Formats: sequence, structure tokens, C-alpha cells
Amino acid sequence: MTHILSVLVENKPGVLARISGLFARRGFNIDSLAVGETEDPSVSRMTIVCSAEGKPLEQITKQLHKLINVLRIAELPHHDCVERELALIKVAVGAGRRAEVLEIVEIFRATVLDVDPDALVIEATGSPEKIVALEDLLRPYGIGEMARTGRIALSRGSRGLKPPSLSPVALGSAS
Amino acid sequence: MNLTATGAHSLIRALEHAGTEVIFGIPGGAILPAYDPLRDSSIRHVLMRHEQGAGHAAEGYAHATGKVGVCFATSGPGATNLVTPITDAFMDSVPLVAITGQVPRPVIGNDAFQEADITGITMPVTKHSYRVMDPDEIPVAIAEAFHIAATGRPGPVVVDIPKDVLQAPATFEWPERLDLPGYRPTTRPNTRQIRAAAGLIRSSRRPVLYVGGGVLKARAADELVRLAEAIGAPVVTTLMARGAFPDDHPLCLGMPGMHGSYAAVTAMQRADLLITLCARFDDRVTGNLASFAPDAKVIHADADPAEIGKNRAVDVPIVGDAKPVLAELAKEVLRDNSTHGSLDLSRWLDEVRSWARDNPLSYDQTDEGPIKPQFVIERFDAALRGDAIVVTGVGQHQMWASQLIRCNKPYSFISSGGLGTMGFAVPAALGAKVGRPGERVVAIDGDGCFQMTAQELATAAIEKIPFVVAIVNNEHLGMVRQWQELFYEERYSQVYLPPDVPDYVRLAEAYGAVGLRASSVDEVDTIVDKALGIDDRPCVIDFRVDPAEMCFPMIPAGASNDDIIVGPGGRRPVVSVTPGDGSDFAFGGMGEAAG
Repeated sequence: MTHILSVLVENKPGVLARISGLFARRGFNIDSLAVGETEDPSVSRMTIVCSAEGKPLEQITKQLHKLINVLRIAELPHHDCVERELALIKVAVGAGRRAEVLEIVEIFRATVLDVDPDALVIEATGSPEKIVALEDLLRPYGIGEMARTGRIALSRGSRGLKPPSLSPVALGSAS
Repeated sequence: MNLTATGAHSLIRALEHAGTEVIFGIPGGAILPAYDPLRDSSIRHVLMRHEQGAGHAAEGYAHATGKVGVCFATSGPGATNLVTPITDAFMDSVPLVAITGQVPRPVIGNDAFQEADITGITMPVTKHSYRVMDPDEIPVAIAEAFHIAATGRPGPVVVDIPKDVLQAPATFEWPERLDLPGYRPTTRPNTRQIRAAAGLIRSSRRPVLYVGGGVLKARAADELVRLAEAIGAPVVTTLMARGAFPDDHPLCLGMPGMHGSYAAVTAMQRADLLITLCARFDDRVTGNLASFAPDAKVIHADADPAEIGKNRAVDVPIVGDAKPVLAELAKEVLRDNSTHGSLDLSRWLDEVRSWARDNPLSYDQTDEGPIKPQFVIERFDAALRGDAIVVTGVGQHQMWASQLIRCNKPYSFISSGGLGTMGFAVPAALGAKVGRPGERVVAIDGDGCFQMTAQELATAAIEKIPFVVAIVNNEHLGMVRQWQELFYEERYSQVYLPPDVPDYVRLAEAYGAVGLRASSVDEVDTIVDKALGIDDRPCVIDFRVDPAEMCFPMIPAGASNDDIIVGPGGRRPVVSVTPGDGSDFAFGGMGEAAG
């Protein structure tokens, strides 16, 4: 069972290592991890797709919460979020069969970024299922290289994950 | 804002602001700049002989005082030598700030001389860590490190400072407030959860208070006594919680777990409610988790929400600091008591006490025979009469000390629990004595453990930090030997430590300590008294004890707590059947477990 975790973190050095290390040592697999700045440059959003075989997701979210640089965590249910991934696919196709490939590109509303006598670089955006479907269709033409960003996701509707108010705590108090 | 000379001055000034009384450490190249302003500081520095000793001394200090322990080490090997005490502090939730020098900023990442990525190495075993790259940020890093180490669930924080950051000009500004938006530990318990817990307590018939080290970390021993007395239920104190509840209290059953008392183990197995207070269902307590306390509902109070439900499903979770949690729960229980009367637990208490009465800790000491290790510890207990801080290493002697030292005062039994660090005792005893110089400190150690950190006797002698080290010298890595006897058909492999190498008496004397030895039963009391009379130097006693003695009770690793062995030869517990109760409870398969 895969889960999508949306994690707001302080944009500080070493945070990625703290988070990826935590997953590894607590026995959780990361399927993909995408990270970038949010509307607030001091805060980054990590979108982590992970699988937890036989282990409750709760344990990893609680352990993540213990990291000082982690601000907020939400699990995004698949049915209640929009998910996107970007892929770049280099297809080793010459002039002879290029039209067939362009037809597939059209159907998937993908874009051609680079054309060469022997190759095309295609950019595709969509759900992971769509990317996989496109990959399957292009494979017979010969995929030379492929790069995927990993998933990013946001919840549907007006609700969202906001960093906590950044009011400092008085020294010596923990609440 | 004001200019201090350098980052090093800022560091020392920040440590003073944070309330540091003592630093345990060793200088070296990268941390060298910090040692210059330290000369002019009010902070005492104790020069250790190994950085591991510095870390454990800071832990011992923290255990004994409740304050943050501080240690210094240089970059590279100095820092890596701290990894064991940092991990120990992580496992046992000890507030520790470890300050390490680092190679200068321009060469970080270049495999420079004595470079080690200590924040990376310790990432899995620290609560948080800093590498301070701007000299002006030193005060904030220190303030945050102390705050994080001491609050919520305490733990170790590493502050790594490159040498050129210590040397650079710096401004010093002690922060009035900390900006830690991702760190807001819950301190006050949720009232509804307290109410729900009181409700479960009210409907229980066989409740047990399962008390862990967090109660001591929170300095909540007084609140615990009030809560236990309000409920009237029996109390078990884990290795990390020894002394949190007085052993002489009629409700105390002692330590549960792998070498716990039969009554403590069995009370938990038979309980219908575990009132879990800052304990974490460690495998050394639960044994086989699936068969642990099968009929018990669980209240679990902890400062760390990640502990709740980690190993055992919970009926009522309570997140908060132990002091308010215990106080508010006690208040709620007393309110129920005043409305409905106190719980009548007399039958349950009778039953539990019958287990304790019928299955006391036992060993056979003859006048002529070899000294039994338990006898040594019992004689210390008799001589100390509870008026001492007892520190242990790890192994058989640790379990015997936990079983036989009557802990009636909190913060006075110090041990390495989660990590099980052999070599903990000598440096931790040193740190405890520095923290509470008015108290007598006794380290009960094994011969194997002692040899891992014995060099700190030099520190103790030179710095005039007197404590007693009682080596329970059984010529072996005793616990490993015990497992080989029980589970490997007495095929002893690499466990023999010749009792005369080193000569512990001469070794002690070489270090400037007093060395004593007891080889026969009639010498023990005299030697104990003599050692306890020395208060100007450390004193080491080589107690030559029976190498064959094993530690019981014992629950084999992975076995059910029902399969407890109470004595040699796989001896099973004595169970008197209580009429109309308890007859549905079967003890199974103990004879085989001993192999």
C-alpha cells in the first residue's frame, strides 16, 4: 500500500538527509521524493510516496514529527488530492516512424522538447499511471533514456497544509 | 548586541548563560580555540582520559542532577569517540549537549586531517544537531541545543563548530526567545484522556503501575508516590526507573523484565490494566510481545507520542510531561475515590504479595565457599542503607545490583539500559559525584566492564573525585558465559578473563586510587567498611566471586514472560492457588526453557 505524505520542512541544510535517513532506519521504503520551496522561501514542501508493508504509517509520521526541522505532515488520500509527475523520455526514433510517435504524444498531450534525426525528447506531465501508460506505448520504438521527477501532490479544495505560526517560544518553556 | 572577541568566547559565554557548571572533555586541534577563554570562565572543566569517558561522565551528571550534561571533544577521533555515549543518551533519553570541534570551513568535505562528519554520523542517534557555520549564530545554537536536550523527551544534541568559526570575530547576543516552529512538545495532558484513564482505573480489578525512566527524567517521583497511593495498585519500576518509587513501599514489586522479580513479571502478566507511565514496552520488559500481559488494557502516558502504540496497542493514550500527567491523574483518581470510595484491591494485592513471598530472590552463600556476587551487593546495600548513588555497568552485576540494592530515593540508581553500554559505570559514577559531591557514590561494576573505561580512575584521582568501584570479579564476561551455559550446552567461547590480569589492586594504585581485595566471605564486610571510609580518593575493590553463579530469575530471550525461570536448573516458580481466582492461569513449559 503506497501513501502520499506531504511534509512542510524548514528550508535548512541537512533536512533531506534527516528525513531520508529516518525512513531507511525505521524500515520504510521511499518510492519517490520530490522537494522544492513553497510560497514561503524559508519553508520547503516534500512530497514523499512511501510504502509500509505490515507497518502502520502512523509510526513513521510520528517519528517524522520528532525531527526538529519538520513543521507539518499530512497524508494525502489518493481520492482527495491532485497528483502530478513530470517525465522526460528520449525515444530513439528516426524520421521513418516519427509520425507514429508524434501521434502518441498528441494523444497524451505531451510535448516534444528536442528533435534530432535519430531521437525525440518528450515531456509528459500527469498521474503516475499516465506516465507509465505512455512509457509502455513508447517502449516498442526504443526508449533511450528516461527521467521522472517523482510525484508532487496537493489536497483538493480550499483546505491545505500551512506552516505553524512562527511565533518564537520563550527560553526555558517547552509549550 | 555586543562584540565578544571570537566565536570561542561566544561559545563559553553561551554555555555560562545556559547554566553550565561543568564540562567533561578533552581538547584537541579543532576545538583548541574554545579552551583558551575556558580558562577565564566560571565553568569547571574536568579533563577526562578518553572522550567516551567524557560522554558517560556528562550522562552520569545529568542522571544525578536532572540538568543537561555537557561534554567537549575535538574533531575526527575525538568526536567519533563520543558516538557511544551519545547513542547511550539517545536510548535512555538523557539530556546531553556534546560540543565538537570541526575542521575549518574551507576544508570541510576535503578529508582534511582529523575530519569526520560527526553530525552525519550521529544523525540517527541524536535528538537534533547543529553545524554552526556563522560565528554570530553560536549563542542561538547553544540556547536551542540546551532547550531541545532538556525538554519534551530529553536526549542528546550535537553542536559541531569549525575551528575557524571559533577563531573568527563574533557578536554575542543571547536569545530571549527561541524560534523553533517545528518543536512544540506537548506538556499538559489532555483533560479528556486523564478522565478516560481514571475511568479505566476505576473499573479495573488487577491494575499495575508500569513505571519507566521517564518519570525520573521528569523529576516526578513525588507525583508518582501520590498517584500510586491514590490508586492503591502495585508498582513495578523498570531498570531505568529504579528508585522512582521506594522499594520499601508496600506497593513496590521491584523490577520487571528478563531478570525481574517473579512478582513484578507475573503481576504484569496477570494484570487487567497496565498504567504505563513513561515506559516504552522494551523487549527486555515484555519478553515475547504477543503473550505479554494478554488480559491487560493499557493506559500509556509518555512525553513522546511516537512511543505510544509503537509496540503495544493502547486503550488510553496520554501525551505530556510526567509531572502534570501524574499530578492530574492522581487528582482525578482522588476525586473518584471521594465520590465512590477507594478501589478495593486487597485480593489482588494479597495474590501479588503471595507471589513475592513464595518466590523471593535467593542464592546460597556458605561461610567457606566462594563469595557469591549477590552477597557482595547485599553487603553494600546493608552498609549504604540507601544513602548513596549507585551506578552500574552492564551485565550480571547490573541485574544483581538492580535486584538487591534497595532504591528508596529517586535519582540515585544510574545505569545504561537501552544501549547496554559496558564501561558505563566508572565515568558515569565520576560524573554523578561531580554533580552531587555531597553524596556517596558507589559503582558496582563487572571485571569485563571495568576494563573498558578504567582509565578514568586517573581523572578521578587527579581531580579529587572520590567514589568506590566494587568490581564483581567473576573472571568472565559473566552474562555471556551464562547464556553459553544455558543455551550453548556449556560450550564456553571467548568469555574467560583471567582474574589476576590486570592485578586490579595494583592497577588502582598505579592510577592514584586505593586498591583493595576480598577473596573470602569473612573479609567482605571489613573491606566494604574500609572502602566507604575513604573520601579523598577513588577506591577500587576486587571482589573475587564465584564464576559459576548465574543471574535469576530469567526469561530466555524471545520467550513468554509466563516461562520465567526462578532459579538454577530451570526451577519453576512456586504458585499458591488463590481460592476462586487465578486457577485459570497456567504456567507453561519452564523446565525446557533452561536447555
